[in-house]
Amino acid sequence: MEALKATHITKQYAEHIALDDVSLTIPKGSIYGLLGPNGAGKTTFIRIINQIINADSGEILINNEPLSTKHIAIIGYLPEERGLYKKMKVGEQLVYLGQLRDLPRREAIKRSRAWCEKLNIYDWWNKKIEDLSKGMAQKIQFISTILNEPELIILDEPFSGFDPVNANLIKDEILALRERGSTVIFSTHRMESVEELCDHIALINKSKKILEGTKKEIKESYRNNTYIVEHNGTLNGSLSNDYSILQQSCLEGDYHQSIVKMTNGDGPNNLLQHLISSVEVHSFIEKIPSINDIFITNVEGRGHE
Amino acid sequence: MNKLFLVIQREFTSRVKKKSFLLTTILVPLVFPAIFGGIFYFMQKEDESAKQQVIQVLDESNTLELTSSDKFKYIATQSSLEEAKTVLTESDSYGLLYIPEFNVENPTGFTFYAKSNPNFSVMNELEKKIERSVRDEKLRYYNIDKSVLDKLHTSIDLKALNISQGQEKESNANLAFGIGYVTGFLIYIFMFAYGGQVMQGVIEEKSSKIVEVIISSVKPFQLMLGKILGLASVGLFQMVIWIVLMTTIITVVTSILELEMPQTAQLSEATQAMEASAEGEKFMRLLAGIPFTKIILTFIFYFIGGYLLYGSLFAAAGSAVDSPSEAQQFMLPIMIPLIAGIVGMSSIIKNPDGMVSFWLSIIPFTSPIAMMGRIGFGVPVWELVLSMVLLILGFIFTVWLAGRIYRVGILMHGAKVNYRVLAKWFMMKT
Repeated sequence: MEALKATHITKQYAEHIALDDVSLTIPKGSIYGLLGPNGAGKTTFIRIINQIINADSGEILINNEPLSTKHIAIIGYLPEERGLYKKMKVGEQLVYLGQLRDLPRREAIKRSRAWCEKLNIYDWWNKKIEDLSKGMAQKIQFISTILNEPELIILDEPFSGFDPVNANLIKDEILALRERGSTVIFSTHRMESVEELCDHIALINKSKKILEGTKKEIKESYRNNTYIVEHNGTLNGSLSNDYSILQQSCLEGDYHQSIVKMTNGDGPNNLLQHLISSVEVHSFIEKIPSINDIFITNVEGRGHE
Repeated sequence: MNKLFLVIQREFTSRVKKKSFLLTTILVPLVFPAIFGGIFYFMQKEDESAKQQVIQVLDESNTLELTSSDKFKYIATQSSLEEAKTVLTESDSYGLLYIPEFNVENPTGFTFYAKSNPNFSVMNELEKKIERSVRDEKLRYYNIDKSVLDKLHTSIDLKALNISQGQEKESNANLAFGIGYVTGFLIYIFMFAYGGQVMQGVIEEKSSKIVEVIISSVKPFQLMLGKILGLASVGLFQMVIWIVLMTTIITVVTSILELEMPQTAQLSEATQAMEASAEGEKFMRLLAGIPFTKIILTFIFYFIGGYLLYGSLFAAAGSAVDSPSEAQQFMLPIMIPLIAGIVGMSSIIKNPDGMVSFWLSIIPFTSPIAMMGRIGFGVPVWELVLSMVLLILGFIFTVWLAGRIYRVGILMHGAKVNYRVLAKWFMMKT
């Protein structure tokens, strides 16, 4: 079942097309990485889901219902450009933002208190935002995003500006929310966090979707039968033409690392057999492209077209 | 609707809780009357405590009757002028009034010798007294009886009646003038102060980046309207507090003054007291003749209408820029009609039914100020209705216009904005 299904979304501004026929399917309970370089159209897409702007054409379904104002209450949104009312107190601010997301006042107070206690900032309840450190303010911003226990959480660059300790804290909370059944859309261009958290990925470049699927599938599809081998002795000329050595480097003495690509359809065991017969193999690992590599290949590749 | 109320509530409470709000709300009604009251009080005190000045009178004509007042005491001397002058320098008298034998037809030669430069009011008073005596002397010279003389002293009071409303009403141009100027000026000040605050609030929300979180829950239009209405309620609240505080202060102060009144009344001459009470009665009658309910209702209407009209323009200006300094370029066209309204006030008050007055009070951008200037003088009903309808249409138009610029503007950062860009935002679909 999909938490969100977008079909043929197009949005055009006066000079340029921000989204060009983009369709995305976001399964329930997933952590969905929306990737793309700056200006690709990620924020536009997110703003459309949040009903800040309207798409020119296309349809968005949330839980199989067309997107409408009632969905505001089940969405939590942490924009990339974030801020709080500097002169307002922490407690007041959380309660106000909760109420704007359709929480009754009493409930908003209860949940705000609970979250502040959980993230160890309850002592700051009556402090003004301007007296807080940046990390504290970030935590409050995060609490305000998830206060309404949203089914759909949209985080635009959630870790920017967080120190590693707080980034981990937030990461844990995101995972915990997913455990509880929330779906997380995660927009970023920081690939290491995608690798760590996301199970689904879509790549948007130049207002078009160029890739979508589970992280595993995508990585699979970018496998190109390349293996990293560490071995004693040299491989020169000892392998058949079915294998090409892309790179061989000396690590220490007679100890080498080679990157070998299979050009026939054989499995890794065949390669290993060939290798064992000519050198002493110390390690053998498939070279799977990182999301970062895939990202760069796609963005740059398309860029040259 | 519920969310609009939440936004209004936040705007209201966050501003009312500010220390600066508390200070201005309490200090303005205390400080201003205190300053005026203080000046008034000390002036009165000075008058009261002023020592009775002794003026020696050397009257060679033997015609002048100078009755001493609580300000001056006249003492007749009989010596020669030179002697009297030396006596003056040695005494602590204020001055010497020398009245030579004079020709009734052409009275000259009156001189006042003083030890210091006599001030204007003293000279004025003496001149008046001499003039009166000389006039009486002249009348006697022409054989006019004393009783006739007394009857000649009349005081004329021109009574102005306004018959335009079907019944005769006593009117007072000065009072209408005062009310028009004060209420018009109040509206002018309020538009600037609170319109400016709307703009600042919008810029603050935009530059602190909170706006995107808010408008993911609330329509931009609701947020804008909430801010404008929230601030309006702050303004009205402040105004009510001021009125209540001022009336309380005025009542308390006047009751204290009234307690002190009898003493001063005893000192002053009975006729003066009577004159004063007659004046007071007339003033009260005039006050009763002013259609206060009508003025207050129109004031509230133009106050709110004008504020909505300008507040939304200020909001649009704020949404287009990243900092208050950048907002200057958009402030000018907003300020010009406001200033035109207040400048036009002087010609409105001179001629409340003239062409300038009519147009200024009909055009929505100036009508909130201009109509207040006219209202005290009586405005034909159709003009008032036309002006009000146009103002309502006017603010609906500006709120709509501002809303369209605002919804795009608040999400734009670092853009170089000019009027062409604003027009583009206005046309943009979301």
